[in-house]
Amino acid sequence: MTALDLGLPTIGGLDGVPTTEDKQTAKDYTSDQEVRWCPGCGDYAVLAAVRSFLPTLGIKRENTVFISGIGCSSRFPYYLNTYGMHSIHGRAPTIATGLAVSRPDLSVWVVTGDGDSLSIGGNHLIHALRRNVNLKILLFNNRIYGLTKGQYSPTSEVGKVTKSTPVGSVDTPFNPVSLALGAEATFVGRAIDSDRKGLTAVLGAAAAHRGTALVEIFQDCPIFNDGAFDVLRKGDDAAERLITLTDGEPIRFGPAGDDGLGTFAVVQDGLGLRVAKTDEVAAEQIVVHDATDHNLAFALSRLSDQNLTHTVTGIFRNTERITYDDAVRAQVNQARAAAAKGGPDLQALLNGRDTWTVVG
Amino acid sequence: MTATHNDAAETVVEPRDVIERDRVVIRFAGDSGDGMQLTGDRFTSETAAFGNDLSTLPNFPAEIRAPAGTLPGVSSFQLHFANYDILTPGDRPDVLVTMNPAALKVNIADLPPGGVLIVNTDEFGKRNLAKVGYETNPLEDGSLEQYAVHEVAMATLTRGALAETGLSKKDAERAKNMFALGLLSWMYHRPHESTERFLREKFARRPDLAEANILAFKAGHAYGETTEAFAVTYEVKPAPLPTGTYRQITGNTALSYGLVAAGQLTGLPVFLGSYPITPASDILHELSRHKGFDVTTFQAEDEIAGIGAALGASFGGALGVTTTSGPGVALKSETIGLAVTLELPLLVIDVQRGGPSTGLPTKTEQADLLQAMFGRNGESPVPVVAPHSPGDCFDAALEAARIAVTYRTPVMLLSDGSLANGSEPWKVPDVATLASIDPAFATATNAPDGADEFWPYLRDPGTLARPWAVPGTKGLEHRIGGLEKADGRGAISYDPANHDRMVRLRGAKIDGITVPDIEVDDPSGDADLLVLGWGSTYGPIGAGCRRVRALGQKVAQAHLRHLNPMPANLGDVLARYRTVLVPEMNLGQLVLLLRARYLVDAKSYTNVSGLPFKAEELQDLFLDNLNGVHA
Repeated sequence: MTALDLGLPTIGGLDGVPTTEDKQTAKDYTSDQEVRWCPGCGDYAVLAAVRSFLPTLGIKRENTVFISGIGCSSRFPYYLNTYGMHSIHGRAPTIATGLAVSRPDLSVWVVTGDGDSLSIGGNHLIHALRRNVNLKILLFNNRIYGLTKGQYSPTSEVGKVTKSTPVGSVDTPFNPVSLALGAEATFVGRAIDSDRKGLTAVLGAAAAHRGTALVEIFQDCPIFNDGAFDVLRKGDDAAERLITLTDGEPIRFGPAGDDGLGTFAVVQDGLGLRVAKTDEVAAEQIVVHDATDHNLAFALSRLSDQNLTHTVTGIFRNTERITYDDAVRAQVNQARAAAAKGGPDLQALLNGRDTWTVVG
Repeated sequence: MTATHNDAAETVVEPRDVIERDRVVIRFAGDSGDGMQLTGDRFTSETAAFGNDLSTLPNFPAEIRAPAGTLPGVSSFQLHFANYDILTPGDRPDVLVTMNPAALKVNIADLPPGGVLIVNTDEFGKRNLAKVGYETNPLEDGSLEQYAVHEVAMATLTRGALAETGLSKKDAERAKNMFALGLLSWMYHRPHESTERFLREKFARRPDLAEANILAFKAGHAYGETTEAFAVTYEVKPAPLPTGTYRQITGNTALSYGLVAAGQLTGLPVFLGSYPITPASDILHELSRHKGFDVTTFQAEDEIAGIGAALGASFGGALGVTTTSGPGVALKSETIGLAVTLELPLLVIDVQRGGPSTGLPTKTEQADLLQAMFGRNGESPVPVVAPHSPGDCFDAALEAARIAVTYRTPVMLLSDGSLANGSEPWKVPDVATLASIDPAFATATNAPDGADEFWPYLRDPGTLARPWAVPGTKGLEHRIGGLEKADGRGAISYDPANHDRMVRLRGAKIDGITVPDIEVDDPSGDADLLVLGWGSTYGPIGAGCRRVRALGQKVAQAHLRHLNPMPANLGDVLARYRTVLVPEMNLGQLVLLLRARYLVDAKSYTNVSGLPFKAEELQDLFLDNLNGVHA
């Protein structure tokens, strides 16, 4: 029996986590550890955004847990004054799953990178997403291995020249959003490290979502893959590349036109989507974003190729499905309630049905 | 001497001669699809209910259904029962029941001359004989002359008995295993109420099948009673076991109950993260049925996720458990190492099977000892405990939990296939007598200088255990991880002296775990030979020692529950004996540890056939050692 079976209203991602009236600040969430990323690393911006964002949730700091794997970004938990675990390569989702299933009173976050979550930990990522455990996964994607000093990653573009691929990589990269949607993710978002506002908005929606939320964060590695996302940040055509989604709104982007909205739009094209100039299409041809539409979310994820010609940010998908942890706890609680008339009887369990007595 | 009337309703059953036996070994053997495991299991239950001591050895192929009637498809179940306490499932059967030519061919060599052979003749057609390479029918060519052969057309008789039920011929014949069970139950005076009850429950949704199986069972019973083929029946009186309440239990069930009990005794929810693997899966199945005890089972996407989730649950204050077999331990090694350095409680249950690699999934071996001890990178000490009998798996699970929670450490429990699937009467413990285990969660800051800070690696001076502070505890927020930590404060530290100190501290913590002294069974008090074992070899070693003593020779036996740390008195015990002999189902893993640690010239005896040692084999080994004969 699950909340959905019972017809109960669906609940938010933080329901069950104790709240506090105390005023909290970013400083409260800052640990005493010196931050040791390279100068200019995009992780600093994400850390600052998260430290400012967490106090706005109004939950108790001691009920917040960050679990990470291995890689530069996985040092993240050390810098937050919450409970945290820096675990082993690729396995953070497994540890977070056990924690989230057994502790509904915790807000559980996973911090991982493109190598950690999509290479060595790929299996755990897809299974966390399909189970829909109530945990939030922040995937820092810098499209390179940083901690091991610059090998190509599963999101590096084809032809990437690195220490391990001196004449260019040959394998096709993952599209993390497409992958997550294919793994039945109920929440998929994307943000850029330097876009504090956009990142915070996606984090807020992820926190409020009950279930596994995957947030891909484009993050710059100034040492081994410097400027990987610069085409989205600066330059004349940056605005024409970046598509930001707002649920319920027509998808328009690029420099503002006469109506104050973007001069480019996303329109239906057969079973997929394409980009068009707003003034060249009828208004009703422009796709209105619907985060509950699985096919639309997938089609949007396919707009952004490895060359970042059109890169969608915001929330691709946000739908409700019973979470694994809620469903499992419901089974346990139901069994406990059934046993509660006198508590579970260990002696009866050990005895079983067929005992015999030897008398002296 | 009998007056048998032709009219069945009028049949007068003459009482047969009843021969009393101290012990009997029966082996049921047939095709994988013949239901031999179920048949053996039911005979075991009847025997347990009767009050005999017993020990069982299921032996089945890894394939679910190998091609019917072939040699690789043979499945068997051996049961040893007696009017005294016995230690092994028996070396060789006294009675062999074979359902087809393949079962006969595979098993006949184990039947001693004069043994009783009951054969289902319906399967002995030309095709089936040819399939297993019999050129002539062994029932006709005289090759079975040295046995007391009983030919019974079990399928035909079962079909006849079920003629009125309306079942198809095929469905009716499937009940022939119950016919065999009925026949043997008659022969050995087994009570059959529990089997009837069992069949009604098993086929609750198909009452017609339940009644058909009961009919077949009764037909087998009646067949023994009314035909003259069986001149005698046998009686094995109940065994005078210590007073108490008993039940029959398998190792995997006892282990599961131990984990449930550990949750109750610690007051912690139990979280099992597991991936299906033979022969450990039954623990996952069993625990998934006991959610009412606040037990959560998580069938993970792989072995690594199973232990990862268990460790995550432990971090959150649950009793994290993962169950697997050797190949799974290999995959979990990195996470066990993480648990070592995080210093969190975690139970790793390894139900060993034949290796390396996939090896022999359904056969037994104890070759994971060194993997459990050392199979991780870095200095990564882990306590290791091992049960010595199916029922003892309960106590071993509790002991593993006690160590894990008290010392904040992963603990390896090494069961094996023969313990997991084997069964014995188990004296059910009185739960009121089980000692509680205090998780002693940290609740307050602990900085030695009085500052309002939490030091996650400040150790208890007695146990060297660190505090277990679970998320949700205000003021104790802290970060832990796989990187080396500063002694006390727990922050990341790359300081050479600190690493040296932490490596030694982690080692000292495990070395300092309190374990009971090893007890030596040395009735004369002056034996020259000590036989030392661990795990499931307890039964065969004990049986071998008994036989040697019955011959008037002296031998001492000791068995290790704790492989790491070893009992404090072990060195002294080893030094007391002229010869220390260590039989193992591996190529000498414990003996390697003993020789390294105690500089003792211990002798190794090994067998990795996938089957337990036989009492006779060990008797001969001990006698050879006592008499100075060395193979």
